[in-house]
Amino acid sequence: MSDRQPLSFHVPEPAVRPGGTPDFSHVSIPRAGSVRRPPVDVKAEDIRDLAYSIIRVLNRESEAVGEWAGLLTDSELLEGLRHMMSLRAFDARMVMGQRQGKTSFYMQHMGEEAVSCAFRKALEPGDMNFPTYRQAGLLIAGGYPMVEMMNQIYSNENDPLKGRQLPVLYSVRDHGFFTVSGNLATQFIQAVGWAMASAIKRDTKIAAAWIGDGSTAESDFHAGLVFASTYKAPVVLNIVNNQWAISTFQGIARGGSGTFAARGLGFGIPALRVDGNDYLAVHAVAKWAVERAHRGLGPTLIEYVTYRVGAHSTSDDPSAYRPKTESDVWPLGDPVIRLKDHLIARGAWSEDRHKQREAEVMAEVIAAQKEAESHGTLHSGPHPSARDMFEGVYAEMPPHLRRQRQQAGY
Amino acid sequence: MPRRTMVEAIRDAMDVAMARDDNVVVFGEDVGYFGGVFRATAGLQQKYGSSRCFDAPINESGIVGAAVGMAAYGLRPCVEIQFADYVYPAYDQIVSEAARLRYRSNGQFTAPMVVRMPTGGGIFGGQTHSQSPEALFTHVCGLKTVVPSNPYDAKGLLITAIEDDDPVIFLEPKRLYNGPFDGHHDRPVTPWSKHPQGEVPDGHYTVPLGKAVIRREGSAVTVLAYGTMVFVAQAAAEEAGVDAEIIDLRTLLPLDLEAITTSVRKTGRCVVVHEATLTSGFGAELASLVQEHCFYHLEAPVMRVTGWDTPYPHAQEWDYFPGPDRIGRTLKAVMEA
Repeated sequence: MSDRQPLSFHVPEPAVRPGGTPDFSHVSIPRAGSVRRPPVDVKAEDIRDLAYSIIRVLNRESEAVGEWAGLLTDSELLEGLRHMMSLRAFDARMVMGQRQGKTSFYMQHMGEEAVSCAFRKALEPGDMNFPTYRQAGLLIAGGYPMVEMMNQIYSNENDPLKGRQLPVLYSVRDHGFFTVSGNLATQFIQAVGWAMASAIKRDTKIAAAWIGDGSTAESDFHAGLVFASTYKAPVVLNIVNNQWAISTFQGIARGGSGTFAARGLGFGIPALRVDGNDYLAVHAVAKWAVERAHRGLGPTLIEYVTYRVGAHSTSDDPSAYRPKTESDVWPLGDPVIRLKDHLIARGAWSEDRHKQREAEVMAEVIAAQKEAESHGTLHSGPHPSARDMFEGVYAEMPPHLRRQRQQAGY
Repeated sequence: MPRRTMVEAIRDAMDVAMARDDNVVVFGEDVGYFGGVFRATAGLQQKYGSSRCFDAPINESGIVGAAVGMAAYGLRPCVEIQFADYVYPAYDQIVSEAARLRYRSNGQFTAPMVVRMPTGGGIFGGQTHSQSPEALFTHVCGLKTVVPSNPYDAKGLLITAIEDDDPVIFLEPKRLYNGPFDGHHDRPVTPWSKHPQGEVPDGHYTVPLGKAVIRREGSAVTVLAYGTMVFVAQAAAEEAGVDAEIIDLRTLLPLDLEAITTSVRKTGRCVVVHEATLTSGFGAELASLVQEHCFYHLEAPVMRVTGWDTPYPHAQEWDYFPGPDRIGRTLKAVMEA
């Protein structure tokens, strides 16, 4: 007989479930401006603390403070605000469009607008993003027409992807936006490969990899870190920690210890953790990492601490697994409101102008929507030809596909 | 005409492709300095530098995933998976990504890349050095799958594969690396230097994808084979005294259906042979196509001689491997049907 106690099996649980009182008191939020800004050629081991802190610029008084502040002008900030507001309005209309049966599916960005919108402004022309399905801000802030995004979402006759792809899985090469895959994390290592290619060709372009907190558990996250580290690839490795992977809280992927940023340290990759709802902080950190990559100093890992305010997708109901009001108590607030308040504090904006801008932005989205709908929606109006279904599998259609296309009546 | 082993022909193909196109890069486990565990990349790093030919971490998904990213950038990666048995961690990148990049992006991004991997048994490789996973790739739309059977084809097909704008799975029967093999494991093996198909021209030439070739003309029965089985089938036909027409498919997808149907309509009989396991193997696709396109010409059921539906064993190598006796018995049975 053994005198050992039986082993117990541990399954991490979020602090609160539906019906409970939302509580983020366990999340440690450092003071804005308290984290230093190291030189871009810093060694990973000299900034280990940055992987466990949170870089923040905007304080409670809506002032930009600390070493990461001061990079953006009023007009750049107003432009950033506009991008975030456009993305939010776009989301609202597309969620409604899905409810109205104009498309089968949509995924919104509520609460995470600053991450992709601010990051996009740190890139240089020719750089390539390898996004997930929740970085449409890269397109909006890059000036890609919303009507083209909607054409894809509606799978209509003008869909750039010919109706082949699920809504929001955009592909826009000319805007540095790699084709989004439904298979999670695959793009993370591909971004590293793209960056390796740029270095092999002695090019000046860099890549940006994107992944969510849940998908860091995928094997390709590890592959991406190993290859980025081994070959010192010019890539920015972005982890958007929005606390939730559908119904699974981030503790399931994280293993209940450390931070996602800290995963970079074991690979010798400088790792930063940043307030994902602080447009100025996201931009400053992105700029730092992009500069490192462009100067051939190697990869950087960035964890954006944010919160997925909306449902995972239009097929999801978060009230089944988390308190309905949890987003209200999220300690990093709302990225749009925080930037608006900062601009007001700077004397560059006002509540009235903000309301006016909200109406303008919504009018733009609605106009784009009207135009997109004139080219059809999923179930009505013009749509891609069934003939298109057989194109593009290969560079040239092989005989068996020609036979199948004929069988299909085309 | 210079003579080369299949390994030397494959190395020569990469050498030729790298010399012609700066965008061709070669990498994989032990591929760089050491030149590969089968010597297929020997000398390439010295000749082209470590930015064109380099060692990779032991991570198959990483190797193929990085190659997809490089291909999306505009390079033409030719990567190696050390054994086909170890390709499974990369399966997601191959199936979900490389194969679909062109389709899902409507041609904005493409994956002009080759994934080379030694395949097949007959070498006492046991469970994880003997598998023939081609059916896992022929089932995937967007991929091309190639299996050469001799040095001349290996070089020409690999150059074509590297120059092809679509992802190609290039399966190299490692049993054939140093010489042809007819399944008679108790006899000495002839090296490629003594075999006419060991004649491999210097420089650039191509063998088209999607084109089969008749290795032995015959009138009694059509044998569809590829890789090592081409030689085993030839031995079986001679020893069984059956006038078989043996077709080396060379490319499994796209498939040379015309060569197959022309032959089967002539002979009226068909036997499919492959090393891979039977159930849902590529032979099932071949048998199905033959009955669909040649039904009124068939005088006997289409038969398959394949590996058994078991993992590839070690001690029972020659009971597992579809040798000339097994194939010969089936050829006779089909003739008597």
